[in-house]
Amino acid sequence: MHEEIIHTDSTSKEKQNYVMLELGSTPAYGWPAFKQVVKRTVNGELFVGLWITLKEMGKTLFKGGKHTTMYPFEKMPISPRYRAIHNMLRLLESGHYRCIGCGLCEKICISNCIAMETRYDENQRKEVSEYTINFGRCIYCGYCAEVCPELAIVHGGRYETASEQRASFSLFDDMLTPIDMLKQQQEFAGFGSVTPNADAAIKKTPLAY
Amino acid sequence: MDALVIGTIIKVVLVLLVVSALAGFGTYIERKVLAFMQRRLGPAHVGPFGLLQIAADGIKLFTKEDIIPQNANKFIFSLAPVITAATAFIALSAVPLFPTFVIPESLPLIGGAIVPSIIADVNIGILFVLGMMAAGLYGPLLAGMAQANKWGILGSARTAVQFLSYEVVTGLSVLAPIMVVGSLSLIDFNNAQTGGVGSWLIWQQPIAFILFLIAGFAETNRTPFDLLEHEAEIISGYVTEYSGLRWGMFFIGEYANMFTISLIAAIVFCGGYGDLGFIPGWLALLLKVTFFFFLMLWVRASWPHIRPDQLMWLCWKVLMPLAVINIVITGIVVMI
Repeated sequence: MHEEIIHTDSTSKEKQNYVMLELGSTPAYGWPAFKQVVKRTVNGELFVGLWITLKEMGKTLFKGGKHTTMYPFEKMPISPRYRAIHNMLRLLESGHYRCIGCGLCEKICISNCIAMETRYDENQRKEVSEYTINFGRCIYCGYCAEVCPELAIVHGGRYETASEQRASFSLFDDMLTPIDMLKQQQEFAGFGSVTPNADAAIKKTPLAY
Repeated sequence: MDALVIGTIIKVVLVLLVVSALAGFGTYIERKVLAFMQRRLGPAHVGPFGLLQIAADGIKLFTKEDIIPQNANKFIFSLAPVITAATAFIALSAVPLFPTFVIPESLPLIGGAIVPSIIADVNIGILFVLGMMAAGLYGPLLAGMAQANKWGILGSARTAVQFLSYEVVTGLSVLAPIMVVGSLSLIDFNNAQTGGVGSWLIWQQPIAFILFLIAGFAETNRTPFDLLEHEAEIISGYVTEYSGLRWGMFFIGEYANMFTISLIAAIVFCGGYGDLGFIPGWLALLLKVTFFFFLMLWVRASWPHIRPDQLMWLCWKVLMPLAVINIVITGIVVMI
């Protein structure tokens, strides 16, 4: 039994194909240890490190190798799947908001942060009279956008959500596409869509080293 | 009053102001150089190229709340940063900075005053400078022990171990050039190397130069040896409880020490303020000091910290024997 275990161990090692590095033995004392100290002392390894940082400095200064994004002035493109502050979309033909007041988003919301009230208007259509999302509670899970039958509530790209008031972003009218911006209203690209700069960001997978 | 006395007072005020400002400018340069070496930008928003960041930091330090911990020894806690800053500046008083010049007679009050190259021309210049820097170890030591904080205690323990050990290496490594020149005065060191690059002591004493640089890094608490306030291990070491201007004084002291070490390395080993071909002496000295200052930042960007036991091992088993052997060989050569 014992032998068998050892046997399987050794076969698994063979399969994984480890390579042992030739590090040699470490001398503990005496003349060999002293020789190793001297060898390591006069070794130029430290200067290799210095050369690398100097090269990087040259690249940064003269070849535009900076990796800094000047954030408030310059922003990285975010994925269309990014889940930030919600947008309420409008119908393109009539300009009326798409929400039909079905209440599914309120039901599915796992952090109970959506509150809506509806009533019948004069045409006996459902009308949304109150709609707020408590962004102090919202965990941006995206269930509301996923469950919405009309693609009326989707996640937008507004991630800069510092404000003086808790209610700043959360009223229906704040999230609704402004009527004069209807032309620019973007259809939700949907789950699985790629970022705008996806082509530029693709790199070849290094297959051989 | 004597023209020299007025000139000396002017020089003292100049050195205080210029070195304090240079300490601020040093932080700016350090942040920029480290940023470039890590492909970042560094301070870029306050003023042109972020230059006014120094002023912003200064204002921040001045207006910060001055906190003294409840169980701290308040007197020693307030005294320690003064020791660091004061010893750093006192050390600079025996270092020659810029050539002597006379203020034109046409100026009122200070006209005709002789501003000396060196504030206190003591004939044991280098001994005085090194001694003052050694006395500076009381700053971190007392600061760490007075603040009733275990990180501070660890920091001051490391101060005692590191500074005292590397004091030995500094002293021994400088001893060899002193034997060659036969004087302790920094001006004599400068005069001994006036014959161009070939006459620099760095060629006669390369081992002493390297040992002095290594020990200098340790004594100014720079990166491969900045165990006193190694953030990953002991928060901030001896400055853990310091805030505002008191912390700023430690900072100014540290940067003034960096300038002092750079200056001594330039004067003792690299020709001092002698003219360098077409480059005038004062500019040559400035360039050398700038290079050594840059070297400190460069090394900080490149090399990792070492462990305290490696620090001790390096000091007592490698550097000190090398320094002693160097002295013995130098002594034999000088005798012959």
